[in-house]
Amino acid sequence: MTVGMVCTGVRAEEKMLTAAFSGRGIELHVVDDRTIHGDLGSWPETLPRVDAVLLRSKSHWRNVVMAHWLESLGGRTINESRVIEKCGDKVLTTLALLKEGVPTLSASVAFASQGGEMAAEALGYPLVVKPVIGSWGRLIGKVNDRDALDLALDHKEALGGAPHSVTYLQRFVETGGRDVRSFVVGGRCIAAIARTSEGWKTNTALGAEATGLELDSELIGVSEAAAQAVGGGMVAVDLFETDDGYLVNEVNATMEFRNSVDRTGVDIPGFIADYVLGRAEAAASERPVA
Amino acid sequence: MSVALATDCPVCAGAVDTPDDAMLGELLDCDECGSELEVTQITPGIELKEAPMCAEDWGE
Repeated sequence: MTVGMVCTGVRAEEKMLTAAFSGRGIELHVVDDRTIHGDLGSWPETLPRVDAVLLRSKSHWRNVVMAHWLESLGGRTINESRVIEKCGDKVLTTLALLKEGVPTLSASVAFASQGGEMAAEALGYPLVVKPVIGSWGRLIGKVNDRDALDLALDHKEALGGAPHSVTYLQRFVETGGRDVRSFVVGGRCIAAIARTSEGWKTNTALGAEATGLELDSELIGVSEAAAQAVGGGMVAVDLFETDDGYLVNEVNATMEFRNSVDRTGVDIPGFIADYVLGRAEAAASERPVA
Repeated sequence: MSVALATDCPVCAGAVDTPDDAMLGELLDCDECGSELEVTQITPGIELKEAPMCAEDWGE
């Protein structure tokens, strides 16, 4: 059985995954996405023809392209293109959650400043403006009133380009600087952390503290339903605790877990490796005998 | 992770501890200036360069 991993440099997560595969007697073929090139009708030149490919580029678009490229040639990707696309685009995430009845935050889109103003009035202040594609809390703004909205919309117009041609507005939920992140691998919620921050953003990339969280049946149910809604695979689900239960905020297809293994005591890279190997084994068994 | 040696940071020239199991492409932080660095060579000796800046579509 052979497995590849495409990534942008080797972060703590990729190193932990390499060790997890090594511990299972599997050599992981690690390929930097900056070396990837080739004819779209052929397998990428720098990537060995492996049974399954774990896609962990930092770039959303590179993951999307790689997944579609490999899948078009019969390759097995983790995650699949449909999962990466839904998770990487906040509009598509919200639509997928709504379609499957997964509890999530009210959100709106607008295509121009005038529409943004009307959408904000309908949602009510405070609200949060987010880039449709983006992560780690970057360019996310809490908008408390109409004046702040004008500034946010002006900035999007000035930044320009395709990513800012659609404005995504989301209801703000007061959480006291705390949210929950759960990890779902192969349909099963395996671990969760609570993230706390002095500010309203709870990204660990911005310095939020992570603590292990005991799983309860509601958290498991909502997390697994969110993962199912975006197409399965393995994802990290960000949730808010509210008086009405958990609300899903975002779903992440290229999960980071460096701070979560020690805090939860759960071998997250081990679960990922086992899931990927299961997918690789299925791919190998489906391959025609030469 | 055991530390094998210190390599000069290409940004501030400070000492960067590098693991003895360093991988090509591994990302490290310089404790002195905070720069994110990338391992670009393992043998005959470890070489580091400044890691690429974060792009708009990077993330989880």
